[in-house]
Amino acid sequence: MTPYEFALSPFVEFGFMRRGLVGCLAIALGCGPIGTILVLRRMSLMGDALSHAVLPGAALGFIFAGLWLPAMTLGGVAAGLAVALLSGLVTRLTPLREDASFAAFYLISLALGVLLVSTHGSNVDLLHLLFGSILAIDDTALVLIGVIATLTLLGLAVIYRPLVVECFDPGFLRAVGGRGGLVHTLFLVLVVFNLVAAFQVLGTLMAVGLMMLPAAAARFWVRELSSLSATSSGVAVASGFLGLLLSYHLDLPSGPAIVLVAGLAYLASVLFGPRDSLRTLYLQHGRREA
Amino acid sequence: MSSSSDDAIVFRNVTLAYDHYPAVQHVSGSFSRGSLTAIVGPNGSGKSTLLKGMLGLLRPVEGLIEHQDISRSGIAYLPQQTEIERRFPISVIDTVLLGLWRRIGWARAATRQCREAAQQALAAVGLEGLERRRVETLSAGQFQRVLFARLMAQDAKLILLDEPFSAVDWRTSDQLLRLIASWHREGRTVAAVLHDLDQVRAYFPDALLLSRECVAWGPTREVLVPHNLRRARQMLESWSTEAEDNRRVAALGGTPHLDPLPANGEREGSV
Repeated sequence: MTPYEFALSPFVEFGFMRRGLVGCLAIALGCGPIGTILVLRRMSLMGDALSHAVLPGAALGFIFAGLWLPAMTLGGVAAGLAVALLSGLVTRLTPLREDASFAAFYLISLALGVLLVSTHGSNVDLLHLLFGSILAIDDTALVLIGVIATLTLLGLAVIYRPLVVECFDPGFLRAVGGRGGLVHTLFLVLVVFNLVAAFQVLGTLMAVGLMMLPAAAARFWVRELSSLSATSSGVAVASGFLGLLLSYHLDLPSGPAIVLVAGLAYLASVLFGPRDSLRTLYLQHGRREA
Repeated sequence: MSSSSDDAIVFRNVTLAYDHYPAVQHVSGSFSRGSLTAIVGPNGSGKSTLLKGMLGLLRPVEGLIEHQDISRSGIAYLPQQTEIERRFPISVIDTVLLGLWRRIGWARAATRQCREAAQQALAAVGLEGLERRRVETLSAGQFQRVLFARLMAQDAKLILLDEPFSAVDWRTSDQLLRLIASWHREGRTVAAVLHDLDQVRAYFPDALLLSRECVAWGPTREVLVPHNLRRARQMLESWSTEAEDNRRVAALGGTPHLDPLPANGEREGSV
């Protein structure tokens, strides 16, 4: 197999591969900065919780309209936002911490979703929702993902400064009247949007994969917020590209293939990245001592 | 009591509570305009709570806290460091520029004037040349200086400090104390929660001795006398039957009234 046959011809020959790739690119643009901020805010697992929370909404859309993306998307956004806002409400009104209330609501949401799908659809459909399908990326889905990526970047531009302060020193933002709660809520809305965009390609179970893994990997390469975001977007695009190729050549499901490639990038970064990786922390340290 | 136009903040029989457990009770008095006051008292005596009340972060369950022509955003406040994410990748100069939040807000550009103000503040705390460093690379003392620079950039009429020297060496605290004295000379109203009574006697004309209730409030040499200090300790001990309840509140995620150090574990010269 020539490099051309390996890397390019699948995209040249098949429209669904091209659409998958463009979808991954758009998702990566939004997920890079969002994932970076989730990592910096120590909210990695909250992204995971929200991604599962999307399921019942998507399932409801599926029951009413079949495998038709706009309905599933709308449902997913509604369910994700409901979980995010309800958790926020409980956190604000009671002493329960945010992670606990998130866990509670996402479990309710996930159970509800599985229940809905298993009573109203076949198991194949459930697998579709959970794992996504690259074949399902039609032009409507692409437009949708593109719109979400655009909204995400514009939205981040608007809330960037207060969001940075809310991450760094929330008490200060409160003291100067910087509307930290509003910023936090808007950010969660953007997280939900991006998870919904990602679940078209990766499925609800792994939608968070392109958000967290590249962001966690970037931490071992660069330091500044802007370069962290750009690096995670880059890692996400590369993972999408390689993952799609793997799934094409080896006949694997695309979602797990893409997320696994991102996972490999993460592991490689932990081991060999230039900053704070195991190599720099232990190997070079040992050499200096010797 | 009556308030005069010389008062910056007036307390009228103020009780502040967390979750129905009072942390500060029946405090009356005032911080006069341009005063420099140390707030002292044993651990758990409600000093930080009092600051939160002045900031409006905690509403009195009883009584009234009156601000004379100072809006909430016109107060510069330095909390204890617990809430700050030290490892967040933000530069020293950007941190100081946040002090100009009222001018730049969510989206306005930081003008050359803003940058100059931030530079000057950094120079005043002795950190010129470190503008581009990320804050996570700074020592605890350097970081506290950055926060002081941000405070200066806020250019506030009223400045509240909560244990500003708890994590810094004596050289840093010495320099920062002189900075506070210069704010006093500029006519700003300053109140600081402090532990070191020698520092208070040397730099603070006024003192407020707190032990859940106001023990004494006035000129430092009249407030920090052995009789008052003994009374402050005894008053807090008489509260100790409720300490167990407080700890329970703290465990549930409420803000604890009791500092982690036991009252008798403090160094000499403290309350």
